[in-house]
Amino acid sequence: MSLVKIENASMGYEGKVIVPNLSININDGDYVCIVGENGSGKTTLMKCLLGLIKPLSGSVSFGDGLRQNEIGYLPQQTILQKDFPASVYEVVLSGCLNKKHTLFYSKEQKKMALSNMEKVGIISLKKKCFRELSGGQKQRVMLARALCATHKMLILDEPVTGLDPMAATDMYALIKNLNKSGITIVMVSHDITAAVNNSSKILHLSKNDYFYGTAHQYLHSDIGRKFMITDCPCDDCQHHNHKKDNGGEC
Amino acid sequence: MIQMLTEMFSYNFIIRAFIVGTLVSLCAALLGVTLVLKRYSMIGDGLSHVGFGALAVAASLNLAPLEVAVPVIIIAAFLLLRLSENSKINGDAAIAIISSTALAIGVVCVSVSGVNTDLNSYLFGSILATTTADAIMCAVLAVVVIVIYVIFYNKIFAVTFDETFSKATGLKTGIYNTVIALLTALTIVIGMRIMGTLLISALIIFPALSSMRLCKKFKSVIICSGILSLCCFFAGMCASYSFDTPTGASVVIVNAVVFFTFWLISFIREKRKS
Repeated sequence: MSLVKIENASMGYEGKVIVPNLSININDGDYVCIVGENGSGKTTLMKCLLGLIKPLSGSVSFGDGLRQNEIGYLPQQTILQKDFPASVYEVVLSGCLNKKHTLFYSKEQKKMALSNMEKVGIISLKKKCFRELSGGQKQRVMLARALCATHKMLILDEPVTGLDPMAATDMYALIKNLNKSGITIVMVSHDITAAVNNSSKILHLSKNDYFYGTAHQYLHSDIGRKFMITDCPCDDCQHHNHKKDNGGEC
Repeated sequence: MIQMLTEMFSYNFIIRAFIVGTLVSLCAALLGVTLVLKRYSMIGDGLSHVGFGALAVAASLNLAPLEVAVPVIIIAAFLLLRLSENSKINGDAAIAIISSTALAIGVVCVSVSGVNTDLNSYLFGSILATTTADAIMCAVLAVVVIVIYVIFYNKIFAVTFDETFSKATGLKTGIYNTVIALLTALTIVIGMRIMGTLLISALIIFPALSSMRLCKKFKSVIICSGILSLCCFFAGMCASYSFDTPTGASVVIVNAVVFFTFWLISFIREKRKS
């Protein structure tokens, strides 16, 4: 049974369909990148996965013991958070609230928060103020918080927006590691190159159509060729293009 | 100094006002942090204007002021919260409309029924206005506000920091927003007789802003805000007694002075760092 099963679902707001008739499976351990132009429905699909909106028709169901409120979520940062006075520890702990409905944090929850902070390498920032961190550090804090809410699946909304290239590379490496440790990743991204390099599957949304398959299949599909700025670096394609440069594999 | 204090607290009405004021300051400080961070500061202001309308109507109909004001302000709080959440209607414009309408209704009611003398005390507060029954009711409401706030503290933090995340991970954010609106409404009701309907929102905003200048943890912001608010109220009340100035306004001025001091300290700190 797959972790998430979307069947013939159309999604949108107030009757206006943005993503028509989508059917995909996300399996345990997948690293799915959702790409597409602005307005193609990436955010709408993500909200649907998170249960913030309901599909207009069709179904979104969860398997393998995953419940909808057990998906970790890394949202884009809001203006409100720019001057928010809170310590890193407080922010990370707030991710534990979906676990047990107790009034105050239990010992296990505190332990989990600390171990997740260790996982993303921010344990030394524990007592720092959130608003004084750099962009990359802030994203790590949000990632640790998202990890507190889940054991299985993370949804990341453009996790490298506003990060410098170094911080972005670090972030992608961190996400890749989390994926290797068994967490299913669903990432909305504009960074198509990083998507192709990192993810195992690509979901490309465009008006009235979509592509879902491995990164390799994507590079050789019509939709992928159109969307990629650079050519596919694999031998077949390079040969086909009569170019001598034969970089890495797909 | 000690002589002045003993003299001050020999008056019953001052003791009543002091008890109510202390509790209101504490409630306002706790909620203020959340309201300021959620960008809901104006809701407090809007509600206090509605409160003025309710008090004026109650006075002209010879009803008990608090019993009219409590339900009216609670209803207004829900309404304003819905309006701010609904992106189709411009939230701050809606608040302006509601508050000025309520103010206008209040002024008309007061002038028609001819109870002019009270107008000033409604707008700017009066230390004499609290009866023993009022004081008891205020104390009960204030304790309710503080207890609910402490019980929901972690959830209120989560909803304040990131509503979308909280909602996505299964927290019923609607309920907690409603709780926040309800608590704000209650705080304004109990505070507006002493502080005045025009000045009560200062009590909500100033301590939160001051402590946010210096504190780095949410918990310390809340605690600092509470302590500041209590100190400012006490200092304002003493100043009002010794210089014979209006209580509400004196408390607001003390709060403003503290805010500018804190702002200056944080400004100098940042300058030194860079």
